[in-house]
Amino acid sequence: MLKAQLFITCLGDQFYTPTLQNMTHLLERLGVGLTFPPEQTCCGQPLFNNGFEDKTRSVALNFMRAFAKSDAPIIGPSGSCVSMVKHHYPSLFKDGTAEHALAVEVASRIYEFTEYLVNVLKVTDVGAVYPHKVTYHASCHYLREMGLKTEAKTLLNAVKGLEFISSKEEETCCGFGGAFTVTYPEVSRSMMENKVKDIISSGADTVVTCEPGCLMNVSGGLHKVGSSIRAMHIIDLLSSKEELI
Amino acid sequence: MNHDAHPYIGFEEYSEHVPQSIPLVVQQATSRFVGGRAARVAELPQWEELRQIGSDIRQHTMENLDVYLTSLESAVLSAGGHVHWAETGEDARQIVLRIAKENNVKTIVKSKSMATEEIHLNHALEEAGIESLETDLGEYIIQLAGTGPSHIIVPAVHLTKEEIAALFSKHLGIDAPSDPIELARIARETLREKFLSAQMGISGGNFLIAETGTLVMVTNEGNGRMCTTMPELHVAVVGIDKVVPDWESLTVFLKLLARSATGQKLSTYTQFISGPRHDDGEFGPKEFHLVLLDNGRSTVLKDPVGRDVLKCIRCGACANVCPIYKNVGGFAYGSFISGPIGAILSPQMLGTEAARELPYASTLCGACADVCPVKIPIPTILRHLRRRVAEGDEFSKPTISRPLRGIAAFASIALAWNWIYRFGARMLPIINPFFRRDGWLTNMPFPLSRWTKIRPLPAFSSRFRKWWNVRSAKQKDSQR
Repeated sequence: MLKAQLFITCLGDQFYTPTLQNMTHLLERLGVGLTFPPEQTCCGQPLFNNGFEDKTRSVALNFMRAFAKSDAPIIGPSGSCVSMVKHHYPSLFKDGTAEHALAVEVASRIYEFTEYLVNVLKVTDVGAVYPHKVTYHASCHYLREMGLKTEAKTLLNAVKGLEFISSKEEETCCGFGGAFTVTYPEVSRSMMENKVKDIISSGADTVVTCEPGCLMNVSGGLHKVGSSIRAMHIIDLLSSKEELI
Repeated sequence: MNHDAHPYIGFEEYSEHVPQSIPLVVQQATSRFVGGRAARVAELPQWEELRQIGSDIRQHTMENLDVYLTSLESAVLSAGGHVHWAETGEDARQIVLRIAKENNVKTIVKSKSMATEEIHLNHALEEAGIESLETDLGEYIIQLAGTGPSHIIVPAVHLTKEEIAALFSKHLGIDAPSDPIELARIARETLREKFLSAQMGISGGNFLIAETGTLVMVTNEGNGRMCTTMPELHVAVVGIDKVVPDWESLTVFLKLLARSATGQKLSTYTQFISGPRHDDGEFGPKEFHLVLLDNGRSTVLKDPVGRDVLKCIRCGACANVCPIYKNVGGFAYGSFISGPIGAILSPQMLGTEAARELPYASTLCGACADVCPVKIPIPTILRHLRRRVAEGDEFSKPTISRPLRGIAAFASIALAWNWIYRFGARMLPIINPFFRRDGWLTNMPFPLSRWTKIRPLPAFSSRFRKWWNVRSAKQKDSQR
């Protein structure tokens, strides 16, 4: 039987319990036996991206040890957090050390959720039904660091009843940027407002993303302007069984 | 490092007071460039290969800069030109002033140059009582406005045509209409006289070809030609990073530059200047002076990660796609060069004391690196410089504020000792009822106020771990 370990990310842990439950159900339904290492905390990206490389090491070590208890693949609902482990962990430790070897090994078996579905399980239709007009926000690290250009759309394409609508600024950053949003809130605000305007003008009633960080930003922005557009993590959309009208 | 102490660059402070018109005009202009670039790039199936070759040539040149600069110098000398080495901005200013004074220069016409913006040359010339007039339309406008450029290739991109008309009216004592064609005509007329009377022309340079000592200028308005051919003296101030090995390499950069910058296949004028006129039968100036500007570049060169910034060919494509630049404009970057490239260049040239905010002026979205014609890994260098600010490295001690260092130290411990994190995560939902409105958290105290001042925060849930444990226990029970 296929086995995998759940990496829930700190933002998922704090804010998106239902998404994580949906992720569990979905993967199990596809025949993946899951374990959840409770020692996991955060991947350390907030420290790493803000220049605290030395202070990231202990956090990365905690992550690596938590997930080294099993050699099963690691699956996370965030391209950004997965990219941190996959692309930046090895650079944190000196070549030739045991930690570096472990970082390379862990990096080699971590996958972003849609990447795992489409490229590993080769599943594109998960049997979801969602009869709505849906637009997409391509999260920056998911798109550019992970290079996941088609995976989310492939999965959305197979959803019954779903009408996909492109938005003009699909690949433009939403302004979250981790600590950026609290470092330069006013710049973040302008970027978020542009993103929200673009989503609204697409005419969709739902916007979907693969990133908890962007989701917090965009959903909050939509709520603030009183928009009825739903912002969803792709996992929640793929778990939808709404009746076709 | 630059010996001219630079004032502190307050990116955040500026970002809180961006003039309302700036994001609008900047987004309009940059969108045009982005569209044009995309169309030109799509015409070249070998674009990615070309970028790689461009990057490789820049890398190679950087690693052998001493060799190419020496060869450039002797080629310029044998073409009859003069070469001056300027270690600092002040050195460069003194060299230009000396040449001007020795030749009794009263009026100078200038073509657009980032190097002279970098060393504030006009200011020094004015102080010495020499009139120095910018002749590129955008530069002419910002000279009237008394500011620096807000974009690498479109210096006055932040101004509306109404604002430009008002500037013309004020400074030229005329009633200027807000019609771009008419404004260009007025500028052309004013400048024409100066071209004819100036004793000296100053230019920058897009490239310097080491093998023949040729200065290459890529321009669109024709003013560059006038500046470098009409006066008897031509002084070019060019950064030492602008050297390319030979003409073959140049062809790669000419393909990359205009397409990336303005979405043109080639700019209107591409000028090749190899020394002064050689006899009276030729056109051009009597004397050609090349001022090679270091101004911190050789220090940057010592940093194996940061030095990739010197590959830059100043196309501005990174700024055109940067969502931060588009919302704050170029002045937020507090220096002659703005946008993502400014955010990685200024901290290295001016130091991470004055420019410590700039490496953080990015969401690390990576759009800039995708379009960079010479593949500068901008997000990687931003992170590298953030590290210099936060933890310090061999180039600088840390310059980050004490409270932030404290927060990072705390986060590092709480996230590594997972029981602290887990305890904290379980406690967080306790604060929900105090701030909840319609299911969202609003008006939270500092530091979460930095989030909720922009939009509400989802309520803390943190129920997954408990759910998982209960479920696993049940599954075990049922298996028994």
